[in-house]
Amino acid sequence: MPAKFFRHLLPAALLLLAGCHRAMPAVAFHADGRPPMLSDWHVVEARDGKLELNAGVVPYSLNSHLFTDYVHKLRTIWMPKGESAKYTAHGPLDFPVGTIISKTFYYPRAADGKFSDVARTLDYAGDFAGQGLDLASVHMVETRLLVRRKDGWAPFTYVWNEAQTEASLARTGDVQALTLVDAQGGREDFNYVVPDEGQCVTCHEADMLSRHIQPIGPKARHLNRDYDYGRGRQNQLEHLVAMGYLMGLPALGDVPRDANWRDPSASLDARARAYLDINCAMCHNPNGVASVTGFSLGPDTPEDHRLGLCKSPEAAGPATGGRLFDIVPGKPDESILMYRMASTRPGVMMPEIGRSTVDREGEALIRAWILSLQGNCDIVH
Amino acid sequence: MRKTLIAVAFAAVLAGCNSQQASAPQNQTDAGFESKLQEQLLDAKPGSVIEIPAGHFHLKRGLSLRTDGVTIKGAGMDQTVLSFKGQVVGPEGLLVNANDFTIENLTIEDTKGDALKINHGRNITIHGVRTQWTDGSKTSNGPYGIYPVKTQNTLIEDSEAIGASDSGIYVGQSTNVIVRNNKVHGNVAGIEIENTVDADVYGNSATDNSGGILIFNMPDLLMDGHSTRVFKNTVTANNHDNFAANGSAVASVPAGSGIVVNSNPKVEIFDNDIADNKTANIIISSFYSTNYSSRLGVEPNYDPYPKGIFVYGNRLKGGGDSPSGLEFKALKTALFGLNGHFPDVLWDGYSDPKFKGKELPPGDRICIQDVSGVVNADGPDGYKHPDTDMKPFQCTLPKLPPVVLNPEPKV
Repeated sequence: MPAKFFRHLLPAALLLLAGCHRAMPAVAFHADGRPPMLSDWHVVEARDGKLELNAGVVPYSLNSHLFTDYVHKLRTIWMPKGESAKYTAHGPLDFPVGTIISKTFYYPRAADGKFSDVARTLDYAGDFAGQGLDLASVHMVETRLLVRRKDGWAPFTYVWNEAQTEASLARTGDVQALTLVDAQGGREDFNYVVPDEGQCVTCHEADMLSRHIQPIGPKARHLNRDYDYGRGRQNQLEHLVAMGYLMGLPALGDVPRDANWRDPSASLDARARAYLDINCAMCHNPNGVASVTGFSLGPDTPEDHRLGLCKSPEAAGPATGGRLFDIVPGKPDESILMYRMASTRPGVMMPEIGRSTVDREGEALIRAWILSLQGNCDIVH
Repeated sequence: MRKTLIAVAFAAVLAGCNSQQASAPQNQTDAGFESKLQEQLLDAKPGSVIEIPAGHFHLKRGLSLRTDGVTIKGAGMDQTVLSFKGQVVGPEGLLVNANDFTIENLTIEDTKGDALKINHGRNITIHGVRTQWTDGSKTSNGPYGIYPVKTQNTLIEDSEAIGASDSGIYVGQSTNVIVRNNKVHGNVAGIEIENTVDADVYGNSATDNSGGILIFNMPDLLMDGHSTRVFKNTVTANNHDNFAANGSAVASVPAGSGIVVNSNPKVEIFDNDIADNKTANIIISSFYSTNYSSRLGVEPNYDPYPKGIFVYGNRLKGGGDSPSGLEFKALKTALFGLNGHFPDVLWDGYSDPKFKGKELPPGDRICIQDVSGVVNADGPDGYKHPDTDMKPFQCTLPKLPPVVLNPEPKV
């Protein structure tokens, strides 16, 4: 009861805070159709130099992130008044009809100020203005929505204009030439690829038989972490409960948690498995798109051939790179997994879509993990 | 050491074909065509027929379809060509995850990955489709041309597959399949049926591949296969160098193989014309001969032995005169002399140790009739004691029932 009270009071409180500022119209859930503009939804909008979150739109982050060409991501959840998600331990939280999940893909701008130059950095600290984004310091590329309608989740991708004032629907995707600039001034040109609608499904189709699409990030084990809401830090799942957005949360000690793969205090194994979970397991699981390979990378996959150890590849063709097995314990340079992580060629690289550059830090992590694995792939005749 | 050098050289070759360099400019007509076709696929409803006009279209993004009951129709294999030479987003040409799907009368060319992949689906019909890599048979070509995997009730007919760096037509982990009247050439494997239950492969022409028609069972997959009939095919001069990347199953196939059965039970090979395949016209072998069998990497209940194989009534000619691989070359010379040749059938000699010194259950035997001879290569003992005794293979097996597609395809 206090939770719901808090949630319904919050928009009013925000209004007061906004003061002289014109309030955003209420979030609009569209039960059907394909609204042409992101602003048709009133979830996140560019206003007065900020990307603002509407009242009731809760930002969140994940313990470990999917790599997408070093882009930064601002994720949000909104649910209609009186609705809440049900806790689930393994899959995505069970969200009610009307839920809108958003993810805005943006880069911190590179120092030289050229719009297509974007910063290669894993540091998010300079991106924010309150809970929203500071448009003077970021380059917004796209905002994706997953909308829970009566007949299932529907994906929408909106691409931001160069003026950064509005984003419009891009069903057939987009390709933008950008340059990553690192802190030392090192530059890498690449094509940022906005997925088309069919490709959204490739990753979000959790089960090849039901063919229903699902959110990937908002699972208990990814959400189970603190977030800085501007009014202090709080565990994200507890925050959702406090907002009235989540029911049935067990004691936090009983909630699974993936490691943050960049957290040096976590074990190498936990970090590597968390990385593989969020980057690979949406397809590489026993029901997913890559189930036909028999190669799973979920958090519960046992450490044997099912995790690719000494396993012959299925249907990899030239993407084996001439290597015999998915993972050779102790030998990253004989492991197909490393070869495909290090490639940017369509048909060779893994994940097969969603990036045009190599995740150098992720590659180093998985290399260290394979080096740490015991055993050998000696051939039996 | 040698292996490492090869791997490094190979990686360098692949690194050379970077996606950015490969992408050709796309003109307005092609861009408009591409987004229209994408939207047609996204908006298709059950019963939709998407007609693609005659023309040679350049596409940059792989296409996908996830709606049941859709037909994609070109104006003909030579008239409607979807070229993915400049593909930046992939990897497939067309990826389908749907039931009751029909595709006909078009060509898919030069995809970065597989040309036509159907991943999970019932009642799949592929008719008059050509998949091709136009720059010849290269390791960097996509792996599969026509590739249904985890499908049921699937027909592939009157199609053509050229230049795949793995298999031209590859059917994986599927049930109830007919592959008929297709032409496959310039691939590593012409046709491969893998971990599939109940397949009829007939009326096909396989030539100039490294291996003509392959019936394989690989470990660690969703299902194991059995029961394939291979008949009335022409399998001639499949002597192309094996250009598959090391590590793929077909990389282990010696160039010059006609029909190969590997670890797959219940295979019936009859009424084919098989000729001039330089390693052997027919090879029967075990997963152990692929050199991928490690203790850690194979599920414990995987059966690597080909059992219940029945070869009879084929018309065989030539072949076996210039086998690939040092072991086979040495073996051939030792047994038949420099100018001699292997007889029609080569068996690697691996058999289930459970039955060592005992008689195999009758249904598990390898029965071979109407051939010039069989070589037992003695793979388990390092090819040291091969023999050519036909007696162990003189037997008969019950014939497999024909595959019946239900429902019947509409084409």
